[in-house]
Amino acid sequence: MNSSAFDIAADVRAGRVSARDVVEQHLATIADREADVHAFNLVMADVARRQADAVDGDVAAGHDPGPLAGVPLALKDNLCTRGVDTTCSSRILQGWKPPYDATVVTRLRDAGAVAIGKTNLDEFAMGSSTENSAFGATRNPRDLSRVPGGSSGGSAAAVAAGFAPLALGSDTGGSIRQPAALCGVVGMKPTYGTVSRYGLIAFASSLDQIGPFATNVRDAALLLETMWGHDPLDSTSIASPLPTLVQGLDDGVRGLRVGIVEELTDVEGIDPEVRAAVSSAARALEDAGASVDRVSVPSTMYGLDAYYLIAPAEASSNLARYDGVRYGLREEGTDIGTMNANTRDRGFGAEVKRRIMLGTYALSAGYYDAYYGQAQRVRTLIVRDFAAAYERFDVLLSPTSPTIAFEAGSKTADPLAMYLSDVCTIPTNLAGHCAISVPFGSDSVHNMPIGVQILGRELADALIFRVARALEVNRGA
Amino acid sequence: MSVITSASGTEWEIVSGLEVHCELATATKIFCSCANQFGEEPNTNVCPVCLGLPGSLPVLNEKAVEYALRVGEAFHFTVPAQSVFHRKNYFYPDMPKNFQTTQYDEPICEHGWLEVDGVRLGITRAHLEEDTGKSMHMGGAGGRIHGASHSLIDYNRAGVPLLEIVSEPDIRSSEQAAAYVDELRSTLKAIGVSDVKMEEGSLRVDANVSVRRIGDTGFGTRCEIKNLNSLKSLRDAMDHEAARQIEILEDGGEIRQETRLWNENEGHTASMRSKEEAYDYRYFPEPDLVPVQPTDELRAHVRATMPELPAARRTRLMAELSISEQDARTLLSTDGLADFAEAAVVLGAPPRDAALWTTQDVSAHLNVLGGGATVEGLDPGLLVETLQLVSDGLVSRNQGKEVFAAALAGEGRPAQIVADRGLAQVSDSGALGAVVDEVFAANSAAVQEWRDGDDKVRKKKRGFLMGEAMKALKGQGNPQLLNQLIDERLAD
Repeated sequence: MNSSAFDIAADVRAGRVSARDVVEQHLATIADREADVHAFNLVMADVARRQADAVDGDVAAGHDPGPLAGVPLALKDNLCTRGVDTTCSSRILQGWKPPYDATVVTRLRDAGAVAIGKTNLDEFAMGSSTENSAFGATRNPRDLSRVPGGSSGGSAAAVAAGFAPLALGSDTGGSIRQPAALCGVVGMKPTYGTVSRYGLIAFASSLDQIGPFATNVRDAALLLETMWGHDPLDSTSIASPLPTLVQGLDDGVRGLRVGIVEELTDVEGIDPEVRAAVSSAARALEDAGASVDRVSVPSTMYGLDAYYLIAPAEASSNLARYDGVRYGLREEGTDIGTMNANTRDRGFGAEVKRRIMLGTYALSAGYYDAYYGQAQRVRTLIVRDFAAAYERFDVLLSPTSPTIAFEAGSKTADPLAMYLSDVCTIPTNLAGHCAISVPFGSDSVHNMPIGVQILGRELADALIFRVARALEVNRGA
Repeated sequence: MSVITSASGTEWEIVSGLEVHCELATATKIFCSCANQFGEEPNTNVCPVCLGLPGSLPVLNEKAVEYALRVGEAFHFTVPAQSVFHRKNYFYPDMPKNFQTTQYDEPICEHGWLEVDGVRLGITRAHLEEDTGKSMHMGGAGGRIHGASHSLIDYNRAGVPLLEIVSEPDIRSSEQAAAYVDELRSTLKAIGVSDVKMEEGSLRVDANVSVRRIGDTGFGTRCEIKNLNSLKSLRDAMDHEAARQIEILEDGGEIRQETRLWNENEGHTASMRSKEEAYDYRYFPEPDLVPVQPTDELRAHVRATMPELPAARRTRLMAELSISEQDARTLLSTDGLADFAEAAVVLGAPPRDAALWTTQDVSAHLNVLGGGATVEGLDPGLLVETLQLVSDGLVSRNQGKEVFAAALAGEGRPAQIVADRGLAQVSDSGALGAVVDEVFAANSAAVQEWRDGDDKVRKKKRGFLMGEAMKALKGQGNPQLLNQLIDERLAD
């Protein structure tokens, strides 16, 4: 149990372990703890068994099932799976079975991975605690009284609880990295355009990116390396070939220039123990041969404000299709407009409605330029300020989350407090860059994990994996 | 300028700009690989993308871009280095995503023009967008939503590529509007980007109409007229709308800016929605698509493959075939007709004859066959051979028409038809001379009356002798030779 994805795949490919046994072990772990954690909206036990048997059949027939042979994989429930319920943790999509697979789902299955379930999320990926789910909250496996973070809290919890060695999440403003930090696992947001979004149910299209969860850096690199690359079905997907990630992972950080982002580290609201973890991570990198200095990236201070205009604006349009006409929930009405309104009123939760209204307002005639237009200008400034920082530094360092995992229910009544959970992660999405959260120590009072974030410019994915690996190797207690 | 004189004797003119939606005849839809096909079983040409299913993403059809560039070339547009898709947000059940992906402030074509009867009419822009599905309202009266019990939606049309072509308010009469659409239509067809069928909706026209007193230079408040399914309904609706507005203004009223629907059966327009009820579309750049940046190669390819446009071809045909503008328009009004005439000329037919026989006789042939008949497959050599038989004097012009019709109908080559039907003219002067001698001998009284008569009598008697000779020859005598021989005998 608790083997790495790497080891599982190696054993399955060599015939030392059967994929079916691997699946059964993980299903047993799920049976043991899922009732407490509630990581999944759906455990795909039978589908997983069939898929594992197919992998074993390949091995028996002398065919290599691929680099993820027999590795159980948890899928965030906003990734389309053909014939399998895909809900976005929303009543409005309850029971909907997509007629097609997301590109990443196809690619990972072709690489031998075994999809084991669909994980819980904040409805339509809007939230930071996985409490905004129509099907109940997910709890942090490290402490069931606490949240796992969000919105990919189900995926983070699944990996932390040993339900699957690998999981996929989506990251629009920190939805992979923040729950990874809160659950003590590795989570990474790749450069925008490296992973196909085809089949990822959109929240904010210009910010959404699928990324990996794993218990360790190498597994996360393996998962991303297996699924990324150009997809002709996604116009925003990068056409040029992408580098390998696992190879060179242990090349170390000697000579690298690391900058600690002052605006994301020293500001009010960052827990002192989190700040201390960033400092000790910086020292660990120095010890490994990197140079570290502080850097100001001024416009990142406005990232949260810009994000809460751009993301809701895009969401208000992306979520317009849920109208009761073609699929999902329908609440009847006396005419089409009333039917649409009744369906959306009953189908969407409070946070989704709040963001649709925010976004609709931000795009309205007479307000567009002051809100959406201004937010886009801030976005341009953030890109410019990051570019200046990356002239002096190879990678940047900051906390992933301002705090450790908070108590369930502690922020549900205060949306603004909840939104601040993503203050450190949002700038990366606005810039289209990559960033990874890697566990580095835990807090002294509750012994909850702390994550530090390594930020990289566009297409610096391999580099930030290398730095994350160095931290993993050199982390102390 | 086209003047409308109201009942009170005041002179007015129409000021109008047209919005033309043209379905592009690409093989597949604009953002997915579904077939772009009219008239299929409902909801058969659909996929996750054009149904707007969660998680699906659009990919722009490069052929639609190429077609837009062809339109750009045809109407003298500027095609900027970059154009951008936006989302136009509003709820409507036949629109799967509840937003339309369209172009907004950065369209693919800008600042074009089109010449109609010597007047250059400005075209503001042309932009790419996706078509919507079609709603069918059931259980009510006349397919209207009002009173319907339920609606059915066919998404086959959702995602069909559209080019919206927006004119400047340069149009001053309903005739000019119709001529503009006609020229636009024939050009779009000639460059191969659309089948431009107004009845099937592959070309749809909305007219913005306002009126002003002759001499005024400002613009009045306009109304947008929708549901115009033919050039006739365009003309009728504009004239009716102008009359309605003039009446209101002369009564001291004000025009309300609104969208009005043309009711073809009742011959009037009715209000659909006012400006106050207009949607706030909340346009913003489509994040799922990248900007359109046509390459130099594509631009060069489009320029190199542009056919001759109808206006230029009309001018050339008038000059080369020595025909009127009306005849040139007739040649271009049916697919392949002008090609047929020009091919006949290349094969040696006299140009004017080739053109006129084509407009008359080939058209007549197609009319006989009825709907769906095309020029395709008809051999221009048949016309060349027929005209040769006529000019050789083997058959008369009228016989030639008969021969050509039979040849087009597939009865054989013209010479063979002449032989089969025994139509060949007698042009042998020896044989004709013998017949003339017989006729003169048998009608000596008439010959004598000719010799004694005045011009009037002579004309009559000569005609009689010609008729007798032709009768003896069963109508197959070469009339020119016969005339010549009779004149010679009479002069003896």
